[in-house]
Amino acid sequence: MAQTPSTEARAGLKLISPPALYAILMLAAPLATVLLYSVLTGEKGSVSLPLTLDNYHDLLTKPVYRALMWRSLIVSFFVTLATVILAYPIAYFVSFHVAPSRKALWLFLITIPFWTSYIIRVALWRTILGYDGIFDSVVMGLGITDTQPNILSNGVLSIIITLAHAYAPFAVLPIFVSLEKVDRSLLEAGQDLGESRWMTFLRVTLPLSLPGVIAAVLIVFIPTVGDYVTPELIGGGKTPMIANLMEVAMLKQRDQAMGSAIAVGAMTIVALISVAFVLWNKRYLGGRK
Amino acid sequence: MKQGTGLGVYAILYLVFLYAPILILPVFALNDSQVVAFPLKGFTTRWFGEMWADANLRSALLRSLVIALSTSTIATVLGLFAARASVRYAFPGKPAAMGLIMLPMVLPDIVVAMALLIVLLSLSVPLSMLTIIMGHVLLCMPFAVAILTSAFQSLDKSLEEAALDLGETRAATFRLIILPLVMPGIIASFLICFTISIDEFVLANFLGSGKPVLSVYIFGQFRFPAKVPSMLALGTLLVLFSIILLGFAEYMRRRGIAKAGGKDSGGFL
Repeated sequence: MAQTPSTEARAGLKLISPPALYAILMLAAPLATVLLYSVLTGEKGSVSLPLTLDNYHDLLTKPVYRALMWRSLIVSFFVTLATVILAYPIAYFVSFHVAPSRKALWLFLITIPFWTSYIIRVALWRTILGYDGIFDSVVMGLGITDTQPNILSNGVLSIIITLAHAYAPFAVLPIFVSLEKVDRSLLEAGQDLGESRWMTFLRVTLPLSLPGVIAAVLIVFIPTVGDYVTPELIGGGKTPMIANLMEVAMLKQRDQAMGSAIAVGAMTIVALISVAFVLWNKRYLGGRK
Repeated sequence: MKQGTGLGVYAILYLVFLYAPILILPVFALNDSQVVAFPLKGFTTRWFGEMWADANLRSALLRSLVIALSTSTIATVLGLFAARASVRYAFPGKPAAMGLIMLPMVLPDIVVAMALLIVLLSLSVPLSMLTIIMGHVLLCMPFAVAILTSAFQSLDKSLEEAALDLGETRAATFRLIILPLVMPGIIASFLICFTISIDEFVLANFLGSGKPVLSVYIFGQFRFPAKVPSMLALGTLLVLFSIILLGFAEYMRRRGIAKAGGKDSGGFL
């Protein structure tokens, strides 16, 4: 097909242009604007020249920014850890122990909660974890403790629980896909050669499924760093994360330049961590071969 | 299988964990107490009545429906273009174009919202339902592309070539052969985009005018403890509604794959 590039390419370009133009106008241009604003001086809802790195200087030195960035990264780290560890066995179960005809049904069951009313689910965790809430009344009703645990008073922990629940299905799918690709005859070979099931898993299945685990880590880590709703609803605004700070700078302080710098800074940190993580894994995977 | 039993128990527990909050919804939506805690006080449907009597909620729902219908139509049409281009044609700049179109899937919503907002503000575009639709199309397009790409991939190329060899024009081939075969994918994409748009909060909150859409209204109401039970009643209905929509979308997606003679490879993504 590529031998006649002119007609082929022209038809493709013509087809892709409406969605691509939309994405350029509505996404690429706004993101470029954010990048530009982040090196301008902002006050009272407007930005002005000259170009400056003051916003980034503030971002790196002022304690409030550092504290909230750290909190966001720590929350995302634990959310990612929890979701991926909880998701691996379920992906393994569906891939290895569920009949092929019923795999799609299992995946459907796992993904349904992800699609249903994010706001309601997050808000519900508040009523579950709060003082005298569902969790407290169950735990006290069972006589496990006499005082309300009131998990909600621990903002960071409540945010982690809520996000880990919200992103659970996200982690299952990529791990499942990579497990499906594992050649089953390799496992038989491993066992025929006298390895135990557990050793076969550790030395064959787990390394082969690592690309899926890496994808799962990224797919959970990146959006959770920038989650806005959960800190707002669960923490009642008392446990803000970097996304909430971005909103405050943009809308409440009307400093669009600082807000943009927070956005660019946070995304850069997330991107650097992601790239470092992928490279580290590549090296590790390469070393095993 | 011995190994399977332990994992099977874990799988059930995992599903319970995933579904627990959703299962709790109807329990407390029907509980005769303003306090959301055990023990249950008795059966009532008054929260559903209170919910429906709320005129603000009804107008928020109406706004959400208009936005979701517009969003899913536009996103699915744009998704059709992108999916067809990416499956069928090779052209320069393809990875960059597809990457940009799929980018909102991994970008935090708040970044998309703020970036759009500062551009809209600097151009003095008044915020309205239209600006929410603009943002929602951006968010939904990657999902539409993902679903439609798998629909186009399972198409047998020889069908299209046969039609062309028999003298049909390209446009007629698309309309008569390709469109009917990917129709289930189109419907699935429409339903998924609808569900995402109805549910979406961050863009709806920042790109909207003062008049709230459903998700924004719910978000506000949860700040008042007295309003929580009627919001749980609303949540029960919304969850039921989206499960029905998703079930239908999944049915269409599978039918599409079966129709085109492909093999089912799993979930939506």
